[in-house]
Amino acid sequence: MSTLIITSLNALSFGLLLFLLSAGLTLIFSMMGVLNFAHAGFYMLGAYAAYTLGLHAGFFPALVLAPLAVGALGMLVERFGLRKVHAYGHVAELLFTFGLAFIIEELVQLVWGKAPVGYPVPQALSGAAFTVMGSPFPLYRLFVMAVSVGVLLLLYLTITRTRTGLIIQAALTHPRMVEALGHNVPRVFMTVFGVGVALAALAGAVGAPMSVTEPAMAHAIGPIVFVVIVLGGIGSLKGAFIASLLLGFAQNFAILYDLSPYQLALDAFGPGAAGMLDFELFRITIAQFAPLLPFVVMVLVLLVRPQGLCGRPGSGA
Amino acid sequence: MIKPTILAAGLAALLLAGPAGAQVRIAQLDGMSGPFSNVGEQQRRTLLSMIEEINAAGGVNGEKLELVTIDGKGSPQETLNAFKQATDQGIRYITQGNSSAVAAALVDAVGKYNRRNPDAPVVYFNHSGIDNDLTNGKCDFWHFRFDPNVDMKVGAIARELLQDKAVKSVYLINQNYALGQQFSASAKRILAEDGGGIEVVGDDLHPFGQVKDFSSYAAKIKESGADAVMTGNWGNDLSLLVKAINEAGLKTGIYTIYGSGFGAPTAIKENGVDTLKVMSLWLPNIPQDKSQAFADAYNKRYGQQLYFHQIRTMLQMFAQAARDAGSNDPLKVAQKLEGMQFDSDTGPALMRKEDHQIQVPMFLGTLKKTAASGGPAEVRYDAENTGVVGFQVDGKIAAADTAKPTTCNMKRPF
Repeated sequence: MSTLIITSLNALSFGLLLFLLSAGLTLIFSMMGVLNFAHAGFYMLGAYAAYTLGLHAGFFPALVLAPLAVGALGMLVERFGLRKVHAYGHVAELLFTFGLAFIIEELVQLVWGKAPVGYPVPQALSGAAFTVMGSPFPLYRLFVMAVSVGVLLLLYLTITRTRTGLIIQAALTHPRMVEALGHNVPRVFMTVFGVGVALAALAGAVGAPMSVTEPAMAHAIGPIVFVVIVLGGIGSLKGAFIASLLLGFAQNFAILYDLSPYQLALDAFGPGAAGMLDFELFRITIAQFAPLLPFVVMVLVLLVRPQGLCGRPGSGA
Repeated sequence: MIKPTILAAGLAALLLAGPAGAQVRIAQLDGMSGPFSNVGEQQRRTLLSMIEEINAAGGVNGEKLELVTIDGKGSPQETLNAFKQATDQGIRYITQGNSSAVAAALVDAVGKYNRRNPDAPVVYFNHSGIDNDLTNGKCDFWHFRFDPNVDMKVGAIARELLQDKAVKSVYLINQNYALGQQFSASAKRILAEDGGGIEVVGDDLHPFGQVKDFSSYAAKIKESGADAVMTGNWGNDLSLLVKAINEAGLKTGIYTIYGSGFGAPTAIKENGVDTLKVMSLWLPNIPQDKSQAFADAYNKRYGQQLYFHQIRTMLQMFAQAARDAGSNDPLKVAQKLEGMQFDSDTGPALMRKEDHQIQVPMFLGTLKKTAASGGPAEVRYDAENTGVVGFQVDGKIAAADTAKPTTCNMKRPF
């Protein structure tokens, strides 16, 4: 029982972190129509920036400064890169961010080296938050959950409830009208891109102590983030939220079960009937299958709903 | 007409000057690019430091050693190309250890090459590829391994677990690829054979380098009630596992074979204090360590801790064998090397004649805070220059106690 509760909490914190990471990507896509392949790269930059800033400024200031710095970098990328490429259409933008992802990865290796850097949980946030029937739940994971929920709530309210959000939404659908009203539409886009990138960097900074900060981290997380936004429906924040949690729970719970079709048949019908299933394929347990799950779920959902869970029909990739 | 003259004169000078004495070249074929290039670089530095030490003492039989690094890119095909480059240059000694898959391809290629060129054979020194097969079913006269194989390392851990009366059950968790599978199979077999009654209560194979959240594995280990965890994991897969086990509040020992390197101490730090254990050929805090001066110089030169101690023993044994043979000829050196007893820095070692598998002492270490950070006084050196944590040496297993039987049926080319 305690295993189930702890695993649920772990899945929730992992899912929320995944959402924080994919929210920026889906935000940029829904606002600007750019599928940013370098998103995971900015996530990694966030982790490294927080590591370096943390050495000088301390953990908590770094948590704020790193996303700001990387977000500013993102704005520069938009202003002097993406905006120029924009004229040549979405494929050019895609290729631009694709190349950017490689540049970031190589730069990180040049600056910080190939070996992992140590980025521990700060003293104030280490230890257990509470225990569930003898199983501790780490305080840091609770902190990650709080940060994710807080930031995303702020984001959601900004977009839907404020004047700024109104202008952003209007700039998306009626850019000429908004421009005519005296707003600087390119600057709006630049800001949106910067905020999206800053969210990725924040996910990197806040998630780094839970994982390992090393040059392959972008490469490792990249595919999962794309699964999240495709599964949720490209451009849908709500969809990304549902998809992140779904993946968090699916992966964490699958690991708990060592059941395989062969084992099930053995338990139900005895060795005779189970012999028919005695192949490597049917001996694979659910736990071993766990890392494949996100991709299987994505393929299945796309078969039934090509636009993703919450995407508008026709808006899918 | 001036230019050709200068060129000719320059060329003549080059040819005449040449190296002062003849050189014995050793080709390192480890992957020097790609994701594990930092490991290849670490091995290159260790080889280089050792070669310089041997040369400073006069070289071997009046000849100096020279290291030639050719990037094998970590793949069997690319390494075979690198091997061809090495033989084209007339190099007769090669070394590689980053990958057992590459090692298997090299053993094969070296065997073939030597059958075709019986007058100029090549010897392969394997410094770290630990697949059991290389000194069992696939053993070869021209292959010498200087790192204990999986069975020997697992056996050494099992031996320590048996002495620790509190451990009645272990949980196995490994990366789902050749090494992890072999580690798991080896642990199950050895724990069943040695009759200590230690039960295997869990056996997980997880995807290699793909798992981002190990908390569910930690929950599973906790539910199993295991007294110890055994893993062949390394790198991030080990760091994340140890962190997750620590987060779950588990205090069980985590017995590893790679816990002291590959970025694990850096990423784990205090999360593994008292729980992370490593079975290793060498640790910085060994009492009366004969390698201390070498390790200190290495750390000072590269700003990195020595890890591949087996490379030191490997080149020391090579130099000794060549001196004993009175020749740097690969066949004569190989004949001296097999069955050779050697007084290594860590104690008596033996290059077993039957399978060319080194028998060398191993050490069990536990991660502790360093003496400077309030840990035990004997933890003077930290791990990977983390500053805060280091390995305390708990015990030494003599070379003879690490021996495992072999199925090798060595065919000698004479």
